[in-house]
Amino acid sequence: MDKAAPRVAIRVTDLVVGFGRRVVIDHLSLDVVQGEILGLVGASGSGKSVLMRSIIGLLPPQGGTIEVMGTPIGSASDRRTRAIAGRWGILFQRGALFSSLTARQNVQFPLREALTISDRLLDEIANAKLEMVGLSAEDGDKFPAELSGGMTKRVALARALALDPAIVFLDEPTSGLDPISAGDFDALIKTLQKTLGLTVFMVTHDLASLNTVCDRIAALADGRIAALGTMHDVLRSEHPWVRAYFRGKRSLMLQPKGS
Amino acid sequence: MNEETQLASAPQLIRLFSGNAVELRPSGAWIAANAGALEALTDAAALELRQSASLRINMAGVAEIDTLGAWLLEKLTRQMTSRDRHVDVVGVSEKDEGLIAEIREVNRSVPLAVERPGLVADKLEHVGRAAWKAAEDIAVFLQMLGALCSALLSVFRRPRSLRLTSLTYQLYKVGWQAIPIVLLITFLIGAIIAQQGFFHFRKFGADSYVVDMVGILVVRELGVLIVAIMVAGRSGSAYTAELGSMKMREEIDALSTMGIDPISVLVLPRILALVCALPILTFFGSMAALYGGGLVAWLYGNMSPPIFIERLHDAISVTHFEVGMIKAPFMALVIGIVACSEGLRVKGSAESLGRQTTTSVVKSIFLVIVLDGLFAVFFASIGM
Ligand SMILES: Nc1ncnc2c1ncn2[C@@H]1O[C@H](COP(=O)(O)OP(=O)(O)OP(=O)(O)O)[C@@H](O)[C@H]1O
Ligand SMILES: [Mg+2]
Repeated sequence: MDKAAPRVAIRVTDLVVGFGRRVVIDHLSLDVVQGEILGLVGASGSGKSVLMRSIIGLLPPQGGTIEVMGTPIGSASDRRTRAIAGRWGILFQRGALFSSLTARQNVQFPLREALTISDRLLDEIANAKLEMVGLSAEDGDKFPAELSGGMTKRVALARALALDPAIVFLDEPTSGLDPISAGDFDALIKTLQKTLGLTVFMVTHDLASLNTVCDRIAALADGRIAALGTMHDVLRSEHPWVRAYFRGKRSLMLQPKGS
Repeated sequence: MNEETQLASAPQLIRLFSGNAVELRPSGAWIAANAGALEALTDAAALELRQSASLRINMAGVAEIDTLGAWLLEKLTRQMTSRDRHVDVVGVSEKDEGLIAEIREVNRSVPLAVERPGLVADKLEHVGRAAWKAAEDIAVFLQMLGALCSALLSVFRRPRSLRLTSLTYQLYKVGWQAIPIVLLITFLIGAIIAQQGFFHFRKFGADSYVVDMVGILVVRELGVLIVAIMVAGRSGSAYTAELGSMKMREEIDALSTMGIDPISVLVLPRILALVCALPILTFFGSMAALYGGGLVAWLYGNMSPPIFIERLHDAISVTHFEVGMIKAPFMALVIGIVACSEGLRVKGSAESLGRQTTTSVVKSIFLVIVLDGLFAVFFASIGM
């Protein structure tokens, strides 16, 4: 394999997605390079979750193509899509935990489906994952209805990372977490990226995450990518929404000192 | 190409012994895809480590490692350190350091062992809980009845607080939309009873009494019973599922925090709709059953329609009809209360929604039949 040219993990070309007559994603193209952490920002309701759901094959596109690891993505019931689904982990915005399984069983579920290992090892791996996202082993016995909002997020994250997948899709992983846990989460993602070469597609509003872990940032506005690049590049974008987002009062910490 | 790399770098664990010291040299891909092989390798190594005095793990040969692989190696080192033996981990590549360090921190707390009660104690506990639950069921039923009465009272005081839109919508769903299926089933039941009657009564030359049997049975007992059972299965289950999923998504909590009583908004219109709809459905159902019986009498029993009507006129009285119709609203009340209270008892999981829906249908059918029996005793004693 040619090491010099970066390999593309996710390639979206000319994607159109809409509901009825309303177009949400409008001729959008985006490449995510293997091993990078891409942060996707955009106004509430601008279609970030819709973009993520169409990349993983849950929403049929009206036009354009999507490739993940070189495999074209069809509908979620498509055989090739299902084969590749074993290699990605997904954190949904609302957790989407299985309500009749405990937290630990939720984390074990993908492991149990994919691997043939003893129950003891399953338990140990699940506990390890839960601890890595900042939960205790006792929390593993709780049912999703008994978890707090932030705990739900963390269990969902542990489930997304259960198999150490090649690509993880995270929809607002740090929303609902306190700043300390959010910082731990950033460190965890960075570690996993370094060791496993993880590719991360992360929807987030967390400016600190964007600043510290994301290699590149994509800004979604009007159904297209309005700005793409490192934090440095995006800060210099002249798109009005991007300017308002990154140079507003709340993002003062991103500004270089003295400018 | 992925399969190739996995085959090429099948995981290995080379064990070198020098006296009491052991050196382990893991190599290849220590990743989840090879989980089965990895577990076997480390289990075998763990057995041999029991006797050894010190352990050295040389990670230089590891091509890839993920959480699972790192944990398996960590388990080996813990086995040694727990016996105060010396462990050395060397050759960790710079990129793997972070993960290895992360794994070193996890699974440190020892889970508390859960005490299992003995078999007899288990069974006894089971019986006790079941009895407790039966008492609780009655309490829940009465509570719902009480809440319903108080909601109804407040509607009488302020008639405008009745949710009319909701009531009409529910009436449409449980009444109007149920008519076709109710007519079809009761028609078939009436026809089947008549056919069986003619077939067996013919032997005694008692053909003409078939009309009495069909008439009384349908108007007094079967019409209302069958319609009630169908409504319990059709609308009762829907009520439980609707209220249950609203409970699951905290919609009911949201309602009550807005100062709105969920009973008067959600439960009252549903139960009122059932109480109105069931008598109407019973009436139509009974008519359809008589029609089915009449049709069979004509085509199979050679009894012309005028004669059938004539005999029917003699056989059934308004009393029979009243007995049937009086029961309908009470059965509706029981179905509605059971369905709604089971719906409100749903806990957070999808499984509990399913369980509560099943309970609701089974319980309401059971209670409808019990109620029918009680009414039979009651009407017999007052001579109706
Ligand atoms: N299933 C659906 N049917 C119809 N419209 C939908 C559906 N899902 C999303 N939309 C619409 O698509 C638009 C984008 O929604 P999306 O969930 O992607 O927003 P978002 O960018 O993720 O916002 P947030 O940051 O608040 O999560 C919204 O206007 C939403 O109403
Ligand atoms: Mg979203």
